[in-house]
Amino acid sequence: MFDDSNIIVGLEIGTSKVCAVVGEQGVDGALNIIGVGQARSRGVRKGEIVDTAQAEEDVRNAIVEAEQMADAEIRSVFLGVTGGHIRGFNNRGVHPVVSADREISDDDVQDVIKNAKAINLPTENNVIHAVRQHFIVDGQDGVTNPVGMLGSRLEVDVHVVHGHTNRLQNAIRLVKGLQLQVEEIVSNGLATSLALLTNEQKELGALVIDIGGGTTDYVVYVGGVIKHTGVLAVGGDHVSNDLAYGLKVPLSRAEKLKLEHGAAVVEESIKGQTVTLTNELGLPLKTINIEHLRQIMSLRLEEIFQLIAQDLEHAGLYAYLRSGVYLTGGGARVPGLSTLAEPILQMPVSYGKTSSVSGLKSALDQPEFSTAIGLAKFGSFKARKNGGKSSLAHGLKSTITSFWRRS
Amino acid sequence: MNTESDPQPTPSEGTNRPVVKIFGVGNAGVDLLDRFDRTEFAGADFVAINTDASSLANSTATVKIHLETKLMRGLGTGGDPERGRALAEEHFSTLKSACAGANVVLIVAGLGGGAGSGIAPVLAKAVKDSGALALAFVTLPFGCEGNRRLNQAQAGLEQLKAVADGVVYLSNQKAFKLIDENTSVLETFRITGSLISESVCGVWRLLTRPGLIQIHFDDLCSLLRDRHSESAFAFVEAAGPARSRETVEKLLAHPLLDDGRALGEADALLISIMGGKDLTMAEINRVMEQINRHCEKAVVIMGAAIDPEMKNRLSITLIAARNSGPKSTGSEKTETEEAAANRLAGPRTHQRSVTPANPGAGEHRDILAGRHGSRGGRRPTAKMLQTQLPLAIVSKGRFDKSEPTIYKGEDLDIPTYIRRGVPLN
Repeated sequence: MFDDSNIIVGLEIGTSKVCAVVGEQGVDGALNIIGVGQARSRGVRKGEIVDTAQAEEDVRNAIVEAEQMADAEIRSVFLGVTGGHIRGFNNRGVHPVVSADREISDDDVQDVIKNAKAINLPTENNVIHAVRQHFIVDGQDGVTNPVGMLGSRLEVDVHVVHGHTNRLQNAIRLVKGLQLQVEEIVSNGLATSLALLTNEQKELGALVIDIGGGTTDYVVYVGGVIKHTGVLAVGGDHVSNDLAYGLKVPLSRAEKLKLEHGAAVVEESIKGQTVTLTNELGLPLKTINIEHLRQIMSLRLEEIFQLIAQDLEHAGLYAYLRSGVYLTGGGARVPGLSTLAEPILQMPVSYGKTSSVSGLKSALDQPEFSTAIGLAKFGSFKARKNGGKSSLAHGLKSTITSFWRRS
Repeated sequence: MNTESDPQPTPSEGTNRPVVKIFGVGNAGVDLLDRFDRTEFAGADFVAINTDASSLANSTATVKIHLETKLMRGLGTGGDPERGRALAEEHFSTLKSACAGANVVLIVAGLGGGAGSGIAPVLAKAVKDSGALALAFVTLPFGCEGNRRLNQAQAGLEQLKAVADGVVYLSNQKAFKLIDENTSVLETFRITGSLISESVCGVWRLLTRPGLIQIHFDDLCSLLRDRHSESAFAFVEAAGPARSRETVEKLLAHPLLDDGRALGEADALLISIMGGKDLTMAEINRVMEQINRHCEKAVVIMGAAIDPEMKNRLSITLIAARNSGPKSTGSEKTETEEAAANRLAGPRTHQRSVTPANPGAGEHRDILAGRHGSRGGRRPTAKMLQTQLPLAIVSKGRFDKSEPTIYKGEDLDIPTYIRRGVPLN
C-alpha cells in the first residue's frame, strides 16, 4: 500500500509480558529487526486472556513503544497464540490421480492438501495450521514435490494444530479493538522454532522448548518438517506460585527470590544456606532456606521436562532427535536448566539462539523475544510466498475472513 | 502438669535430685529391668508390672504389680493389647498410687505384645495424672516377628507418644546391624537389652549426677516432646589419653545413628558428657566442636558432669531428635529456644521443681490423643474432642480462579513437591 508495507510485526501477548517485534523485509526477502516494544502483561493467565481491559492497555503500550523505536506505523500484526487448549496431531490426506496419463498435476496437489485438512474436529475447534510434511506417491514416502511425477494415488501428511475457536478469537478481537489488522494467527511454539532453528537442525531433528510465564510450548522437527507440537499450561508463574506456597511468602516476594536465588539444580554447596528477608526498614522478617527454594524449583522444572519426555516417547520421536534440544523463553534464564534437563531428556541440551535474522542485537540475544521474532519471521515467509508487496496487501485479510466465516 | 490437684512432688531437699522410678512393663519390660545394673541406679525405685505371674516371680524389682482379673485365668493377655489396656484401666488407681512421690518415671517396655503395648500408654497417663514426668524407653519387635506384632507395636507407640512426655524407641531391627551371623539369640537380646539400659542409664545420669553444665528436666522435655517420632539414641565410652577423639569416632560410627547420618538430620540434640575428675575443658570443647560440625542446623543442648568413679574414662550420651511432622515445627523450635534462653539468662534459682511445660502442652497432647488413639473413646478427654479430618487443602494461589491444568488426572497447578510428597524438613 504505502511505504511501510514491507513492515512485518510479530505480536505476542504472553503471560508475563506483551511483546511486539517490528521487522523490515528487504528486497532480497531477508528480515531485519528494527524495533521492539514490550509491556508487562497483567491480563493474561496461562497464556490466555482473562482480563480484556488490562490486556488491551498492555498491548497498546507495547505497540506504541515498538512504533516509536522502529519509527514506523504498525497497521497489522502476526499474532501469536498459546494456551492449554491448543493441540497438534498428524493427519494424512489421500487423493486418487484420475487423469489419463497418470501424471500428477498442480490441481492434484491442491486437492490432496485440501483432503488432508478436512479433519473431524469438534465444532468449537478451529484449525490454526496445517503444515505440510511429505507427499507419498503410490506408497513411495518422502516426496517433497510430486508435480510431474507419475502415480495413481497421491497422499500427503500434514501436521494440524488446532485450538478452541472462542478462546482464539478473544485475542484476535482484542487486537482488532486497537484498530490493528491480524494478518494471521500463529501458534507460539511454531513461531519460536522458526526463529531458533536453522535448516540443518530441522533436518537432523530437533526439539525446541519455550518455557514462558504461563505456558511451555514445544515443537519437534524431524527430517526438516514439523512432526509434533505441544503446549503445557505450566510455566514460570507456576514456579513462583510454588515458591510462594512452599516458603510462605507473598507472590511478589517469591518472584524476586526466584530471580535472585533460583536455580534448577540443588547443589551440595548451598545446602543449609539461608537468606534473610528484610522489610523496608532493613529489619529481618523471615529466613528462607535456599535449599528448600531450590528443591521446590527443581522439582517443578524437572516435572515439566518429564512430561515433555513422556509425550515424545509416546509419539515415538525420541530416536530421531539428533540435533538435540534447544531451550528458550524466559524460563531458559534459570541457571543450570540444561544440567537438569539433560539426564531427563537424554539428549544434548543447549540454549537457542535466534538465527537468520539481522537487526537489533540486543533484542535478538534475549530468550524472551524469540517467539515474537519468530512471529515476524513467519510473516516474512508468508509475504515472500505471496510475491511481495502487492499481494501482501491483497491477501491480508483472506485467512482471517475465512476464519471468521468458519466461526 | 501443675494444674493437677495432687500435691506437687518436690525433689528431695538438699541434694536437688529428682525422685526417679523405673517401671518395667510386660514380659520384655520386666526382663529388661532385671538386666539393669543395680549399682548404677542407686536410689531409683524399680517397679515391675505384668499380667504374667511367673515373669513377676523371677523379677528382682522392689515393687511388683500383678494385674489380674478372673477373666485371664492367670494366663496373661494372650498377645492382645486390648486386654492389656482394659486390665490397666481397671487398675488405674493402683498404677497411679505406684507413681506417687516420683518426679520422673521411666517406663521400660517391649512393644508388640499384649502387656507392653496395652499397659504402657495407660501407665504413662497414670504418671501424668500423678504429676510426674513420663519418659518411655521402648523396643519395637524384629521384622520377622510378623505383621500383627509390628502393627500392634506401631499402634502402641502412637498411643504412648500421645501421652508420654518423651519416647525413645529402639527398633530391634536396627540391632541387626550390631550382630553378625554367629550371634546367638540370647546374645542378640542381651545386646538390645543393653542398648535400652544404656539409654535409661544415660538419662538417669543426666538427671541425677551433679553437673558442671547442668541439663535440666525442662531441657530434656522440650527436646523430646513431639520430636520423639524420630529420636535416635547413642551411648559411647572410651578411656585413655585419646578418649575425646575416640568417643566422637565411635559416636559417628554408631549403628543406631545410621553411621552418623542421624546427626545431620537431627533438629535437636541433647548431649551429656561425663568424665572423671580429670575431665578437661579442652576435651569437652573438642568433642562438642566435632559434633556441632555434623549438625549445624540442630538445636544443641549440652551438659557435662563429673563422676568420681569414672577414672580416666569419658562417656557421651546423645539423644538426637528429629521432627517428622512439619506441622509442629514452629512451636517446637520456639519452645526449645525458650529453654535455651532460660539457661542463658543467668544463674538459675535452686528451688527448681518440675517446671511446667508451656501451658498449651496439655491441650496439645489431648488433641494428639484424639487423633492418634484409634480406641481413644475410652479416654474421657478424647471423647469430647471434635477432631478435624486431615484433609490438606492446598491453595492454588494465583491459579485459584483460572482453569485448572489437569494432565493425566493430576492438577499441575498444585506445587510439584506437594504432589510428590517431598518433605521440606
